[in-house]
Amino acid sequence: MDKDALIDALGSFALFADLSRPELEGLVHTFEEEWFGEGQTVVHQGFTGTGFYVILEGEASVRIDGEERAKLSRGDFFGELSILLDEPPLADVVALGPMRALTLARGALDEVLVQHPHVCLRMLQGTLRRLRSASRWQP
Amino acid sequence: MATVDKPFPPGTYPVVVVGSGPGALQTSYTLRSLGVEHAVISSDDRPAGMFQRFPIFQRLISWSKPYSPVERHSRAYERYDWNSLLADEPDSCGLVTDQMDGTSYFPARQEMEAGIAAFAEKTKLTIRYGCTWESTRKDGDDFVLTTSDGEYRCRIPIFAIGMAMSWVPNIPGIDEVPHYVDVKTPRDYAGKRVAIIGKRNSGFELADGLLPWARQIVLLSPRPTGVSVLTHFVASVRARYLQPYEDHVLGGGNFIVDAAIERIERTSDGWRVHAQGTTKPGPMTVEADEVIAATGFQVPMQDLRDLGVATFMQDRFPALTPMWESASVPGIHFAGTTTQGAVGLRKYGIGSSSAAVHGFRYNARIMARHIAEKHFGVTIDRPSIAPEDIVEKLLDEATLAPELWTQKSYLCRVFESRDGGFVDGDVLPLQAFVDGSGPDGTAITIETDAEGDIHPALYVRAKGSVEEHLLDSTSMHDYRDPEHRAQVKAALGPLGL
Repeated sequence: MDKDALIDALGSFALFADLSRPELEGLVHTFEEEWFGEGQTVVHQGFTGTGFYVILEGEASVRIDGEERAKLSRGDFFGELSILLDEPPLADVVALGPMRALTLARGALDEVLVQHPHVCLRMLQGTLRRLRSASRWQP
Repeated sequence: MATVDKPFPPGTYPVVVVGSGPGALQTSYTLRSLGVEHAVISSDDRPAGMFQRFPIFQRLISWSKPYSPVERHSRAYERYDWNSLLADEPDSCGLVTDQMDGTSYFPARQEMEAGIAAFAEKTKLTIRYGCTWESTRKDGDDFVLTTSDGEYRCRIPIFAIGMAMSWVPNIPGIDEVPHYVDVKTPRDYAGKRVAIIGKRNSGFELADGLLPWARQIVLLSPRPTGVSVLTHFVASVRARYLQPYEDHVLGGGNFIVDAAIERIERTSDGWRVHAQGTTKPGPMTVEADEVIAATGFQVPMQDLRDLGVATFMQDRFPALTPMWESASVPGIHFAGTTTQGAVGLRKYGIGSSSAAVHGFRYNARIMARHIAEKHFGVTIDRPSIAPEDIVEKLLDEATLAPELWTQKSYLCRVFESRDGGFVDGDVLPLQAFVDGSGPDGTAITIETDAEGDIHPALYVRAKGSVEEHLLDSTSMHDYRDPEHRAQVKAALGPLGL
């Protein structure tokens, strides 16, 4: 996936829908791209130092103590709560097949949110939607 | 065509290693020590790979310390010698340091090349030089490599093919711009305005080397410069190359600019770079007499993508499993700097050291052992360890193990239960341990957190789940004390230790 394809992909995601193309280009260079094989754990429940991820291609399963609670797909993001609250993740996130994602470490996510308030607002909306539907995540 | 006097004529081998740089040499050395028959082929005419030519300014950024707290040629010394390859024989260890003239603790390129060549000679490695890998195909369970000398058939190809192939992003006009690999002598830039596209180590290496020559240097790229002393990551710009940065922040007349390059055009007497500021938005143009693309490198994959080898990082790296096998085409393995394709856990955003010799030399050794066991039935001795000795052994490793100190949060030392007792499970990728389904056991590694604190981390696998335990840091990085023994003992409770 080259730079222009990455910019197009980010621009099509709700999280970044308010950004201009130069802003998206700056963001693309801030992220690192990663590729995960089927069954590979992206985020480990209880581990420190987890990153923030946006799925570019593929699907992932959110699992608490091994039990699936939700599925994530293209454009979905995860890892932000762990970073913003400075707490280890409460769930594993496991790739369900080949999966491509963009990732940011804690400090870099903080900078992106401070520099791009619209991303911050969209992330808040996404997080609140998850909170609203939290009952679906209960065991 | 094949000549009779060269080793490894075309034919069928269990394993074929492609390359003769440090990654290939370390892999071949370990395979041979395990008794795994293999061929080594290389298009070069001598060992050392990229170090025959690079870095451009002829001195490395990885140190080898002539004097250290531990004995030269010992395992512990590897922590202080980032450039030598690994051998079981003491007189074949620390060979890069042996070449150095004492004027710097960063080897000169020639010293590095000589040290790698000395390893190949002393360990009597056999390589078929002048044999160029041209194409690859799958035939049943085998892979067939077509080369300039003929066809090589094998179950396991290992590509140690480096990353000296230039990579440029999709920017209009950049194809006409010379790349880092095409840079002229510094004197050719005397009195000129030089724009360097890229602000990673290769860009800063050029800027640092051209400071005495260029009239003005402007480094441009969208992303702010990451500096290793702040990011705690060896891939960020290293302290050795920070002089251009100091010149910039003190207003010395050279510039470090965060800008996305829109296009590069030729003018009647030079170049014009059009860009959009990122951290400070707005259009800008830079007039320059010379432009250099220090935009990075890629793995020369040839036709491996067509074979199904998945790539990432804008198509620059193969996506690899924790054991450095293609994640999409089982059987194909990679060694050397290409092992960056297995990114590991990236805790706190800090990646592996697999780009450099001090990281990938261990990857090669672990991978060769893994291949030997998995594919060729080799039994690797895993000595028993008394349960009462495990705490001390873990803290010894945390304090001294070169693998853990040079590949933080990436490699770990494993002890696991077997036949009612415990065995030394050797050094493994941390990801392989935490995501593996092995027996109960524990692994220790060294980690750096977001604040730069360096401390051991213990991972305990019991009844199928793995828990992380961070141990306290110490000012002198020695963890062999009562407090750490108590922390480790408490963490090992689920293992009955």
